[in-house]
Amino acid sequence: MDIKKIAENLDRLDVDTRDGYDFDHQIIPGEEEVLQISLRGREEIPVYLTLTDTQILCISYLWDESEIIEETKSEMMEMMLDMNIPMPLSSFSRIGSKYSVFGALSLNSTTEDIAHEIVTLSDNALDAIEVMSDFLK
Amino acid sequence: MSLLKKIFTAIRGGATEAGEAIVDANSIRILEQEIRDAENHINKAKQDLTSVMAKEMQSEREIEGFKKQATDYEGFAIEALNKGDETLATEIAEKIAGIEAELALHEETKTSFSAHANRLRELVKKTERQLAEYKRQLTMVKTTDSVQKATSAISDSFSNSNSKMMSATESLERIKKKQRDFDDKLKAAETLENENSDTSLEAKMKSAGIGPQNASASSVLDRIRAKKGA
Repeated sequence: MDIKKIAENLDRLDVDTRDGYDFDHQIIPGEEEVLQISLRGREEIPVYLTLTDTQILCISYLWDESEIIEETKSEMMEMMLDMNIPMPLSSFSRIGSKYSVFGALSLNSTTEDIAHEIVTLSDNALDAIEVMSDFLK
Repeated sequence: MSLLKKIFTAIRGGATEAGEAIVDANSIRILEQEIRDAENHINKAKQDLTSVMAKEMQSEREIEGFKKQATDYEGFAIEALNKGDETLATEIAEKIAGIEAELALHEETKTSFSAHANRLRELVKKTERQLAEYKRQLTMVKTTDSVQKATSAISDSFSNSNSKMMSATESLERIKKKQRDFDDKLKAAETLENENSDTSLEAKMKSAGIGPQNASASSVLDRIRAKKGA
């Protein structure tokens, strides 16, 4: 399983197995290759897919530390904890100064599983920003 | 110290930027060595287990042999007694006693092989659990590491592409606007289609002679003729 293969397989999927969304993708080179997937119409908040030895990680970045209204930060954190389980397939996290939602899949996942994860993650990211917008500048 | 604790300490200490090692390379090397050692132990224990189990089965076969012999000789002893040959019966009985002594010895050996096999099975299980634990810990470190590297690759690509980093709320607003535009277009297209289908319905009605009709020359002439005739 490698990033390019996943990208090719996603391209080959029928649109109805991509939950009705069109995907665009590009590979971001680097020490750790990342597949950037944009759902058409949602290019501003892409999903990033990266492989580790044991799992496929899908991540969407939500907001930066600097975007949080300082006084509401601890309430925001608590809300994120409270919302973690209701949010299907994804969890909140923070990488450096960036808050994110992510989902981890087995390396044996089918392309349909990966596509479903990507769409769900994108939905969750938009929902999360919407519900948390009171805490953001 | 567990690796989760190390990661916790490193992040608490502010090592969150890419490039900063969350866990020092040496701990990772040690962990990888431990994984290799555990795998070797498991392989060795499995080989030992195979040979011990082979020996266990061999003992079992021998025990069966002795048991059969003992039964056979008991039969002979009965025959000798039936024939009234007390001396021969005693001799056979001594033979049986010898066989039973051997049997007991082999049963003891077999029990000890079985116990050894069980110990090895336990050892394999224990080492496998340990191996899984080492691998889980290594996964934690490597995942943390790749996510940091991936994040830094993404940030680099962003700053190279000159695209402005939008805030979350701006991004969401843009996406929603696109969605609204799309919905509006869809609605407009629907309205247009409905209008078109209205027109086509009228055309069909007209050709079937239903609904308001345009006066044709022949119908006008018919009307005039009717007037004239009246």
